[in-house]
Amino acid sequence: MIPTIAQPRALRLAYGAYVIAFFVYLALPLAVVAVFAFNDSQFPSLPWEGFTWAWFFGQDRPMIGVFHERAILRAIATSGIVAVAVSALSVAVGLSNAFLFNRYQFPGKGLLYVLMLLPLVIPGIVLGISILVFSSTLANGVWDAAHIDIQMLRPGLVLVILGQFSFIATIATLVISARLQKFDPTLEEAALNLGAGRLTAVRTITLPYLAPALIGAFVVAFLMSFENFNTTLMLVGSDAPLTIAMFDRLKEGSTPLLNAVSLLLMLGSSLLALVMILFQRRS
Amino acid sequence: MQGGTRLGFVLLLTPLLLWLGLLIVIPHIDMFLVSIKERVGVGEYDTSLANYGTFFAETLYLWTFLRTAVMSILATAITLLIAFPVSYYIAKIAKGRLQSALFLLCLVPFWVSELVRTFGWMILLRETGVFSSLLQWAGLADQPVEMLYNDAAIMVGLVYTSMLFMVVPLVTTLESLDNAVIEAGYDLGGNGFSVLREIVIPHAMPGIVSGCIVVFMLSLGNYLTPTMLGGKDSLWFTELIYAQFIVRFNWELGAAFGFMLLILSSVIVWATLRLTGQTLRDTLG
Repeated sequence: MIPTIAQPRALRLAYGAYVIAFFVYLALPLAVVAVFAFNDSQFPSLPWEGFTWAWFFGQDRPMIGVFHERAILRAIATSGIVAVAVSALSVAVGLSNAFLFNRYQFPGKGLLYVLMLLPLVIPGIVLGISILVFSSTLANGVWDAAHIDIQMLRPGLVLVILGQFSFIATIATLVISARLQKFDPTLEEAALNLGAGRLTAVRTITLPYLAPALIGAFVVAFLMSFENFNTTLMLVGSDAPLTIAMFDRLKEGSTPLLNAVSLLLMLGSSLLALVMILFQRRS
Repeated sequence: MQGGTRLGFVLLLTPLLLWLGLLIVIPHIDMFLVSIKERVGVGEYDTSLANYGTFFAETLYLWTFLRTAVMSILATAITLLIAFPVSYYIAKIAKGRLQSALFLLCLVPFWVSELVRTFGWMILLRETGVFSSLLQWAGLADQPVEMLYNDAAIMVGLVYTSMLFMVVPLVTTLESLDNAVIEAGYDLGGNGFSVLREIVIPHAMPGIVSGCIVVFMLSLGNYLTPTMLGGKDSLWFTELIYAQFIVRFNWELGAAFGFMLLILSSVIVWATLRLTGQTLRDTLG
């Protein structure tokens, strides 16, 4: 069934209708979340009570908007810090891994490569509990041996960052490797012939070539970290990132405040994705 | 070892080993060690398989485990069935601008947190939700209809949440299929169905396998969707793990549960790869 092969008109129409129905299905949940952010009511549901900006800018109870809700703002900041840390770590380790797997032949390479892929097929919640168990084994061991309590090994932001990093690093590695594979090594050799040192050659030739992949990997890592739920849920301490804070509120019952936060999230991540696409098209 | 120096090699190898060792391998070994501990007194533990015994002896645990596996497989199959025609349309029928626009549209919902997507389905499906109101308004129902908190709602959420991970590999593999091959199939007397079965599906197999593996993993390990859309009786295995770890503080049993989930997912992924003759490296790497 391709355009060059004639098909009955009814079949073509039915196919088109199916595809349209699919995209409606994709858009529907996001559309209702966005629309009800502007409903002048205590609940994100019908009937429509009129249009309002209060869930964004409202200052008085019961309609406190996102921009005046301390807890949500703090959770957004927490998520931002975690996401930047996770992305920076993942891109750094991913870059190092990409060079290792591309440039070196060594015994055990195949095994290490498969091991590097494994975090993608381990359920996020299992990653979370295994790191939780191991870090408290360590913390308890240190306590028993020296009576020092290492706070960063207890559930909290450090563990959240490490937990998210443990699988996002794989994705960063794959993204950066894919571009490094396409790199023409003779360019680097030319630089060496022209008298550059090895590090200079990598810094001035290879890294600029990798820049789109590095930025792509950073943005993907940032978004994945920002929206991560499963691993974070098991490792979170008292500072809840945004997804956890929203989950706690959603369990208690929802107000359009959550819709407003969600809409901002949608706008933010679309903007980031758009910037990334534009940047990659330019280079 | 071409080009690089020994020092460079060690410097590049260290982060990889630290990452995989400290965050993946050792924690899983430690989790296994915890799972074979049995509490016999205050602060006293014996090595035994008692936790695994509990898992197999308690019908609720075993039932939840099997139910999660079966529903995840079902969700994967449904996702594949829904995604395949759409991916084929994007890869083979849509052209130029429309093609890239449709592909991008598929990606957009997944840049948003899973929480937001689940929240959207809650607004649609719940008793005071949009669908219920529309049904009443259209006169098809005379009282609010609760569509949340059942298996169908969980299924809708799971399929929605993992759609992207099926569409992207399918579109990628289908795009690489030469139209001339399809035309040849028709020229040789094939019809739509036989061309699909003999040419398109075999060619798309790597994409189908990698999509299925990822979707299955995501469904199996999902906590949010079953909890929010399935309610209290959703009986998803990850909820048991969460309950043992965070609510009951019984880490030994929770670790055993975690290990069972890991074994289940590994076995199914391995079996899928074996049955279809693919390798993990080709599917994910």
